[in-house]
Parts: sequence; C-alpha cells; structure tokens
Amino acid sequence: MDTTNLSNVTNAELEAADRIGKEAGVRFDDCYQCGKCSAGCPMAHAMDYVPRQVIRLLQLGIVDEALNAKSPWICAHCMVCSARCPQGVDITATMLSVRREAKRRGLRPDKEADIFDDIFIGNVRSFGKSNEAILAAKYNLLSGHLMQDMLNAPKMAARGMIGPKIHSVKDKEAVKKLVDKALSKGGEQK
Amino acid sequence: MSSTNRFAYFPGCSADSTGISFTKSAEFVCKRIGIELVEIPDWCCCGTSAALVTDKNLAVALPARSLALAEKMDADLDVATGCAGCFNSLKSARHFAKQSEDNRAYVEDLIDMPYSASNDVFSFLEIMHRPENQELIKNNMVTTLHGLKVASYYGCALVRPSKVCEFDDTEDPRSMDELIELVGGEAIDWGYKVECCGGSHNISDPKAAKKLTERIYEDAMINGAEAIAVACPLCFLNLDMREKELNAIREAEGKSLFNIPTYYFTELLGMTMGGSFKELGIDKHFWPAEDIAKQALSARTQSDDTAEAKEVAK
Repeated sequence: MDTTNLSNVTNAELEAADRIGKEAGVRFDDCYQCGKCSAGCPMAHAMDYVPRQVIRLLQLGIVDEALNAKSPWICAHCMVCSARCPQGVDITATMLSVRREAKRRGLRPDKEADIFDDIFIGNVRSFGKSNEAILAAKYNLLSGHLMQDMLNAPKMAARGMIGPKIHSVKDKEAVKKLVDKALSKGGEQK
Repeated sequence: MSSTNRFAYFPGCSADSTGISFTKSAEFVCKRIGIELVEIPDWCCCGTSAALVTDKNLAVALPARSLALAEKMDADLDVATGCAGCFNSLKSARHFAKQSEDNRAYVEDLIDMPYSASNDVFSFLEIMHRPENQELIKNNMVTTLHGLKVASYYGCALVRPSKVCEFDDTEDPRSMDELIELVGGEAIDWGYKVECCGGSHNISDPKAAKKLTERIYEDAMINGAEAIAVACPLCFLNLDMREKELNAIREAEGKSLFNIPTYYFTELLGMTMGGSFKELGIDKHFWPAEDIAKQALSARTQSDDTAEAKEVAK
C-alpha cells in the first residue's frame, strides 16, 4: 500500500465492507492496527497483504483491492490472529468473509485453493463423505499439477490408507439436499 | 454432559484411510479402559475448512446433521471424535445453535431434522485426559515409555477459538503433555505446540505448507525431542508424510536432517498397555516409527522396567 486516494472509494465498496463485516461479526473500527495478528500469522510470508493490511483496506472501504487479494485464500484458518487480537477482532472470520464474497463475485485470486475446495465440497455432495484419493487425483487433474504426491500414492495403498473402495453415506439424497439448501441461501444467515 | 464413558462416535472421513493408525490406536485404548463408542448411524463429512471457505450455512449444516443423528440415536450421549478438524466443526455448529433459541431453530430448518443441541462434543484427547480415565490408563499399563522425550503437538483446531473449543489453554495446552508423563515419557518444553502445521494447504499449496511443517520439526529437534505426539490425523499426515521430502530439501541446502518419528498420542498410550505395533498402526507410518518405539519400551533392564512400571502405576 503506497499512497491511497480515498475519494476513489465507491459507495458500492462501502456497502460491501459493511456486508463483509456483518457476515464476519466484526466491526473493523475496533482494530487499531497494532499488527499482533500479522506477527503471529504462519502464512504471512506467502501473503500479498498481511492480515493487518486486509483489515486496513476494509476500514478504508478499499474493498475491491481486498477482494482481489490472495491473502484470504492463503489464510490457513489456524485462528492464531483471532485468538491473540487485543481488541477481540475475529480476523480469521474476516478472511473467510472476504473470500466468500470474492467467490460469490466469481473472483478467484488463488486458483489452486479454489479448485481444491470446490472438489472437496463436490465430493461431499456426491458421497456424503470425503474420499481422499478421489480428492487428490481430481485436484491433480484440474489444477494441472499432475505428478503431485504421486510417489506417495503406492505407499498409501500398501498401508491400506487408500483403496478402490468409495466411502459414502447410505442416505446420499439427504446430504445432497442439505448441501443444496445451505448453498441456496447465498451466504445469508437468517 | 454425561459422566459415563459411553459416547456417540463420529469417526470422520480419514478414520479408515489416512488416519487409520489414529483409529486403531484410539479404539485400542478405549477398549482397554472401557470407553464405549457407539458409531453415529450414517454420519456424514463435517465439511471442515472447505465448507467454511465456501459458505457459512454449509459449515453449520454438515456437522449439525451428524449431531442431530447422534441425538436421534441416544439423546443422553455426548459425541466423541478423534480428528481435531471434525471436533472443531462439530463443536462450532453446536456453539452456533447454543447461542440462541433462534439459532437452534434455524439449524433445525437448515438440516430438516430436530436438533436440541443439548449434547456436547469431546475429542479423544479431552476424554482420555479426564482424571478417572487417567486412573484407568495407569491401571492398564504393563510398561512405560522410559523417559522417551516427546514434544506434544496440539496444532490449531483443538484449542482455537477457546470460546468454541472450551478445552485446555490456547497458548500453552498441557493435557497431552500430562498423558505422556502419565505413561512414563518426558514431555519436553518447546515453542511450537499450537503453531499451525499447514495441513489445510497440504494439497493446494504444498510449498507454503512445507515451511510450516519444517518450523515444527526444527523447534522439536532443537529442544531435544525424540518423538512428536499429535492428536489430529491431518497434522499427522502433514508431519509424517513430509519428513522425508523436507530432508531432501534440507540436504540440498546443507542443513541438518530430521530424524523424529511422529506418533498419535493414543499410539504411545497403547504401547504402554501392551498393544502391538500392528494393533496400534505404528507399522503404517511413512517415517519409520518402530525402532524408536522399541527402544523406548526396552530402554532399561527388565528389573528397572518392572520397578518403574510400578512407580508409575502408583
């Protein structure tokens, strides 16, 4: 973040910041930018904006920049930031909220993370359970990382960790219905 | 909260795949000390972080369905699970439903099932750490870990956020350390007990995840750990499967190599109760774990062994 012209902030962005805060259950003004969150963040080294900066963007209403940031997708949801914030700001919830808003708008600043989570949920919607071998194989195909962890697969098979059996719930329709109903609310809770 | 040792059991998706050794060793210990696990009929995936990043409602609905099924099976039973990720999802859904009558009714509508949110959720670590179960573990020991230096690694999902997990200390949890010491190990002091292992990026960003894993091994090594104990199948996989790969990178960088096996804490408990490595799943690790386990069990002469076992059993 260099110089920021706040007069460029649009009303749509301010409304979006409000919505993101509500969904996260966070008042961004509570943050006084001490940086405790970012000091403890294990993923900060890989982020374009450290957690403190993401909150700052939201405080100022520079939402489009926050929505295009990679950080919310790099966040590992370890919750260290939220646990240590002296102001009780739930930074993890904010990261999640930004990411979900970006996803609703069709943005995917981090292709890999998006592919992975979509396959995971698709897997659960179809079988009611997560099948790790299908998850890894599909991920490799769709992300183009074809050989990733392939050397570990035979070992896993030999140890009985993965096999040809697909795990699924009995009532697959019930889980499918539940997933669809939850997703149909468009992120609104109540 | 029920005071009995009978639980509705949520195994989680990794229970018979990548987390097989956790399942085997936890079920072994439960059987030995009389913890009865009744599997929740037709439980489904808890959604874990994939649901959280996708949709707030989905992150509540998936675990709530299994909790409601547990209630339907036996309204008096609390829920037990091994996986820390599952524990966190289940506990979060319950926490949401407990916030208000409105929330509870909302969850019922979401899952289209009755759900009272009266039953609590506990991890195996929390259950086995209960004083009465520590007593039972002690009574079932046939040998000890003979001072094996163990770094207890808790990770994220068992302790954060504290208002949801309601378990141990957020920054310096002690429960696993106490169980290790109960069975004659030495719980070492170290700094990475609750640092993230990067497990959720194991597939989508393995390069970034490896950095996190490496820091954990490094700190364990510096502090003299002979073994790392975990209570989560994701942490386990991320540590155990990546150790060899990390060493290859470190060798090229001229750094010292790791040689620390990772165990589920239940494997270490089970070992001292006479469980074979096969029964406990210790033979299924990526990083060889049998030699150090053998050494720990036979570190002293037979007479020392018996004396110490008696000492610990007191």
